Amino acid sequence: MERLEFDYPSANRPVSNKAHVGVVGSGDMEVLMQPAEKGIAHVSVLTSVNGFGKSWQAVLDRFFARHDGAVRIHINDAGATPGSVMLRLEQAMEVIDQ
Amino acid sequence: MSAASVIPAVSAPEFVKRRSFIELDARARAQSLMDPGSWRELVGPFDRIESPWLPEQGIAPQSDDGCVVLKGAIAAKPAVVIALEGGFQAGSMGEVSGAKMTAALDLAKKDSENGKKTAAVILLETGGVRLQEANLGLAAIAELIASLLALRQHAPIITVIAGTVGCFGGMSLAAGLSSYIVMTPEARLGLNGAEVIEQESGIEEFDSSDRALIWAIYGGEQRVGMGVADELVMDDAPKVAAAVQRFVKVGLPSQHRSEQVDLYRRRIAALDTSKQIDPLSLSRLWSPNRGAQ
Repeated sequence: MERLEFDYPSANRPVSNKAHVGVVGSGDMEVLMQPAEKGIAHVSVLTSVNGFGKSWQAVLDRFFARHDGAVRIHINDAGATPGSVMLRLEQAMEVIDQ
Repeated sequence: MSAASVIPAVSAPEFVKRRSFIELDARARAQSLMDPGSWRELVGPFDRIESPWLPEQGIAPQSDDGCVVLKGAIAAKPAVVIALEGGFQAGSMGEVSGAKMTAALDLAKKDSENGKKTAAVILLETGGVRLQEANLGLAAIAELIASLLALRQHAPIITVIAGTVGCFGGMSLAAGLSSYIVMTPEARLGLNGAEVIEQESGIEEFDSSDRALIWAIYGGEQRVGMGVADELVMDDAPKVAAAVQRFVKVGLPSQHRSEQVDLYRRRIAALDTSKQIDPLSLSRLWSPNRGAQ
């Protein structure tokens, strides 16, 4: 069990919606995405697979290179692959931007 | 005559056109059963009431603990829908999901006592007690059963088992106490699952790799056929919703199945146990279409 925290100060475009997608099943995860309190994006990850901090950092860096929404993200992860993580994040962002 | 009129119009077969209920997650299933625009979610994922026990055992929790509670209306009557998420820990009952379910039923009972009869629909995709939460899970099911018995004196409780997890363990008792059970052919309902029986009594007692045998015993068709479930519906969201609406409108049955003790005592006493009873003859003997025996 590992808890990881990330800040993305440059993602500061205000958003007003929230989104909940995914399920904490094997190889999958859930994303809770909502407007950030401090006006900059923050991500907290609770994962059952230890030792992949760098992979999370890389996926999230890429995600925030494409999106600038000031979102607070919480992820409960049951071993989603980087590809699945990105799909779930994009799905949540799509719901928020609808 | 144009070529178009010679070739018959290609229409998709029924199973392609239908909107699968099984493929929906718990939240979408619950929403699909309620009158549009009538519902709101209670203790939703953003409230983050998660299991405190799972992370201590290295297991990621879920923000709604796999239990979705919607309050609203079905067929314009007050109703609460409680759906278990089979994708999270096999829909198992933990301390939090159990408390959510019990509290929702107790609120429905309170409303019913105050003159607002509130039906409950429970969507059971569950293996029963969450073993990681041990006694708390067992206690949750005991409390749940007390709440079901209290509510069903006022308003109907409709269980929907759609699959593919099915409904097993202690939660099959919850199903058994409900007023009506709706199942799809893909769904299964039983106390001990096939793998548990094989593990405890050996493969000669139950071969858990025999899917035909499993569905012949636990499957929706068999359970409805032998009268321990009430309606078999195809895996189609509008059809499941229609079945639930019908039972909400019918209201309470004259007698709950679990109260028909004499009927089932007579039936069990009449069975010839000198030879193995097969599923087909059981459904022939117990079919509700044959009337009470």
